[in-house]
Amino acid sequence: MNSYVLKRIFVLIPVLVGMTLIVFSIIHAIPGDPAETILGQKATEQSKEALREQLGLDKPWLQQYFMYVGDLLKGDLGESIRTKVPIAKEITPYLAATLELTFTAMLFALIIGINAGILSAWKQNSWFDYAAMLLALIGISMPIFWLGLMEQWLFSIKLHWLPSIGRMDQRNPLETQTGLYVLDAIIQGKWDQLWIVIKHLILPSIALGTIPMAVIARMTRSSMLEVMKSDYIRTARSKGLPQFLVVYKHALKNAFIPVLTVVGLQTGSLLGGAVLTETIFAWPGVGRYLYDAISYRDYPVIQTGILIIAFIFVVINLIVDLLYAAIDRRIKYR
Amino acid sequence: MNKSTGKLLSLMLGMTLLLSACGGGSSNNASGGSDNAGASDQPSSSASAPSESTQDTLILGRGGDSVSLDGSIVTDGESLKIVHQVFDSLLEYKEGTTEVEPALAEKWEISADGLTYTFTLRQGVKFHDGTDFNADAVVFNFNRWSDPNSEYKFEGDSFDYYDSMFGPDGARVIKNVTAKDDHTVVFTLNQPQAPFLQNLAMTCFGIASPAAIKEKKENFKNEPVGTGPFVFKEWKRNDSITLEKNPNYWKEGLPKLNKVIVRSIPDNSARFNALQNGEIDLMEDVNPDDLTLLEANTSLQKIERPPFNVAYIGFNTKKKPFDDPKVRVALNYAVNKQGLIDAFFAGQAKPAVNPMPPTLWGYNDQIQDYTYDLDKAKQLLSDAGYPDGLPGEYTFYAMPVSRPYMPDGKKVAEAIQADFAKIGVKVNIESPEWATYLDDTKAGEKDDLYMLGWTGDNGDPDNFIYTLLDKDAIPGNNRGFYVNENLHNILVEAQKEIDQNKRSDLYKQAQTIIHDDAPWIPLVYTTPILAAKANLKGFIPNPTGTEYYSSVYFE
Repeated sequence: MNSYVLKRIFVLIPVLVGMTLIVFSIIHAIPGDPAETILGQKATEQSKEALREQLGLDKPWLQQYFMYVGDLLKGDLGESIRTKVPIAKEITPYLAATLELTFTAMLFALIIGINAGILSAWKQNSWFDYAAMLLALIGISMPIFWLGLMEQWLFSIKLHWLPSIGRMDQRNPLETQTGLYVLDAIIQGKWDQLWIVIKHLILPSIALGTIPMAVIARMTRSSMLEVMKSDYIRTARSKGLPQFLVVYKHALKNAFIPVLTVVGLQTGSLLGGAVLTETIFAWPGVGRYLYDAISYRDYPVIQTGILIIAFIFVVINLIVDLLYAAIDRRIKYR
Repeated sequence: MNKSTGKLLSLMLGMTLLLSACGGGSSNNASGGSDNAGASDQPSSSASAPSESTQDTLILGRGGDSVSLDGSIVTDGESLKIVHQVFDSLLEYKEGTTEVEPALAEKWEISADGLTYTFTLRQGVKFHDGTDFNADAVVFNFNRWSDPNSEYKFEGDSFDYYDSMFGPDGARVIKNVTAKDDHTVVFTLNQPQAPFLQNLAMTCFGIASPAAIKEKKENFKNEPVGTGPFVFKEWKRNDSITLEKNPNYWKEGLPKLNKVIVRSIPDNSARFNALQNGEIDLMEDVNPDDLTLLEANTSLQKIERPPFNVAYIGFNTKKKPFDDPKVRVALNYAVNKQGLIDAFFAGQAKPAVNPMPPTLWGYNDQIQDYTYDLDKAKQLLSDAGYPDGLPGEYTFYAMPVSRPYMPDGKKVAEAIQADFAKIGVKVNIESPEWATYLDDTKAGEKDDLYMLGWTGDNGDPDNFIYTLLDKDAIPGNNRGFYVNENLHNILVEAQKEIDQNKRSDLYKQAQTIIHDDAPWIPLVYTTPILAAKANLKGFIPNPTGTEYYSSVYFE
């Protein structure tokens, strides 16, 4: 087990190196002088020269790359061209906002998706099964933009249950420490504000979580159906075990591995794909931060943003793989 | 082994059930009764319920964030809207108009030759950091903008508006600015400039605290300090900017609000949803599609900003066959402006005839627009030597973003594309992202036709015609590379002329030349629509798109 974990982590190294290489190449891949790419056509020769020196662009490519990686290892992610603020500092609140949203969306997708999938498999060909799978199909093909606006229309404007935009009531702001508002409200013991924060999370989480929810539901259902046919389930049933236990304990255990893969992949894609949700719900997250950086050609920010998202993606994959091993000890690294 | 996996699974199951129970519980709560629903209506109830008549925070929703809060280095409207609250200029525009009024300068004298302006400054005004506003501060700011080697010009910055309004380095209008005494400033000009006072009143020439610039250096653009009605408090990028009341503001009784929060909510429909739900009090850029909803909602009010813009299609006159005025005139006949207005602007626009709106003095109302007439367009193309329509295909740049003068560039472009096809002109629509779009059209290598528009910065025709169509504006805002020496001479003459009637005549002549040369297809003058809560009062929309929030209050 431990050696598996070690091996699995060891394999990360070439992946991480590859990532930094790709990200490092972004600026060099753009035609033209990198200094001019960064500073724009209006920049004076003087400031371009200064930047070249600062970034070491006058040095050989390989040396530049090692300098870049060296800075990364020191925690120096560079500086935004537009705001002149270190990116490591600037990106944190956006990252926190996106993580909070992604996590909640995934939680929603998991709870509804897994249970709907299990129940559909359990009651195969029932009206519930048909309804759930029809909804899953609709969920997969639903444009996030449209879904988000419809949610706002129904739950905010018509029913007045939930706020439609932002993370917090601006008239009564929350002091932030971690940047994760739910956590901040709990730490500060501000329960009324916690409730407001949660209410702000609901609509965007549903919008963002709908597609993974549908994917998870379908995956769980087909995986469960496969497992339910197997001999050991028949044995468990014949022993007179309650159906609930058979399904949720014995069957789910083996059915869960393919689902876990899907969960990992979906979480990664949520991180990068949250731009639409963040736009509709005015959520100040990493998606919009990156989008903005692209509009202003803030290349260091684009580089770092992509690197961070890729890094999180890799870590999620690692966690998924480790969970495989925890669920099924037969899995080993070959 | 089995035990541990069993534990893991039962833990997950337990959590799943627990959380789904919670989920169910909360939805029960929500639908459980109207009292609960009311309690959860936090955003609007906290805004209005506890203090019905004394709401003193304004939350404004707009489409984009500011780029910088130092008004002198930016040219975008979203930045200037905030700058306008924090800084005062020497002069300002009367609310709702572009008429010049005293602001930090109480009065002024102009020498007979139009070369010396002596301003008497308001006394007792302080910057937000507590330092005094005085003649030295004015001199400091103008020197900062005009000196290309100023140590307070930071890396990557350029004072574009200063260069464009008062001439670039080497051709400056302002020779020097000196402090005669603590509250008298003398501007000496190299040449008379008719719109000089009009220009000084622009938001971008707001006077900043020299002490703050010296201390904060580059960071000044994130933490601005001026003398305006609101003090900058906090900027969460892409999210919100918070401003607080300046208790020492020099205008008696203002501002009426305690706090202003300006939020960026990119999607027009989402912003309108937030307004309907009471999360914001005032919003900009209502979608034309949402107008009927807005007009039907009694708790909201519609605010019209006076039309002060023009949307147009420009021809890239560097390229054939658009270097030929006959072709350009022919295509002018092929655009159904009224049809576009009915289909895409919900009627909130007027067909454009000239490169400036009719609300501006100097507008030439004698000019007859090219009517929508496809037969005539075909005939004219034939006369120009193209009996079978234009050869080849052309690239038509349509804006990827919504602007006040053009809510949906791509759809409008598609409608025009269809009409062009009927006269044998084939165009392909391209919409690269906004920064690339602006760069490409400025370079003029990729596009044959492009769609763009302009909102006036000040109340002077020069700011439309010279800025957009003079040869001096290449490369820059003249993205069609249109050059007409005769027009250039007239526009330069108009800049030096001080008599407004004579200037008005010159601009009328200029519009005739432009109409005949047809470097553009002028499309529309739009009336931008804002929406607010019904109880919001004192908001006076300004044609320039930048207004004070200082006289806004809630009933």
